[in-house]
Amino acid sequence: MNLTRWQRPEVATWTGFGGLTSLRDEIDRLFEAPLSELARTSQLLSGWTPALDVFEDKDNLFVKVELPGMKKEQIDISLHDGSLSISGERKGESKHEEAEVYRAERFYGRFQRMVTLPTAVAADKVKAQYKDGILTITLPKTEEAKPKHIEVSVS
Amino acid sequence: MKSTVEKEAAQPVNGGRRQEFISPEVNIFETPEGYVLEAEMPGVAKEGLEITLEGNEVTIVGHRQPEPQIGNTLFRESHNADFRRVFELDPAIDTAKVLARMEQGVLTLTLPKSERVKPRKIAVD
Repeated sequence: MNLTRWQRPEVATWTGFGGLTSLRDEIDRLFEAPLSELARTSQLLSGWTPALDVFEDKDNLFVKVELPGMKKEQIDISLHDGSLSISGERKGESKHEEAEVYRAERFYGRFQRMVTLPTAVAADKVKAQYKDGILTITLPKTEEAKPKHIEVSVS
Repeated sequence: MKSTVEKEAAQPVNGGRRQEFISPEVNIFETPEGYVLEAEMPGVAKEGLEITLEGNEVTIVGHRQPEPQIGNTLFRESHNADFRRVFELDPAIDTAKVLARMEQGVLTLTLPKSERVKPRKIAVD
């Protein structure tokens, strides 16, 4: 699948010893979890790669990204030369810093995802909605990119 | 690390039928007032939450919003399985006062300790 580009792992911000705790948890889990779980738990090494889906219908492309616990203002979407880029930063709440941490599995820091769009889209009509931690971007296809029905006339 | 709130493997039981669950990623921390648990469940609305307190266990289940299929799928990384995870509670928690809040796919459970176990300052005369 050549739809998503390879992306450089983001350098996570140092989270203090909470990070060490989760490293230990990760190691514990490596031995417990079945292989299918590994892809999910490898976040620690690769940064945050939110799950991304692409759908299409006759008139639109839809891109959905799982971004739980963010603020609308922290999400940045840009469209350039047929590539859609979604980036942002999730910040931990500072009031939790003094508390004793038992589990720290959630990722804080920057992420970026890029998708090469399979068809041309009308950049000025792109809409984005953020609900229940899921970002949905609707990209209307340009008239030229829409499938056309050609009547065959029989004479 | 001695953890008073511990994870138990998710048991996929649903009327004899095997159902797949995803274990949500959580943060748990303790403050002098109690514990706070945050669980990431993208795609789960308030209505899709099921939080069950039983004995000294709390079970969190998050059902994703059923969504109409939009067109063709070109590329998919997300799961559509529901979320489930079980935690053992510190006996000091006052289960009558547990609060749950759902915000942009993140569940925050506030589990206050009961008054009798809270640290108390004693004034010296």
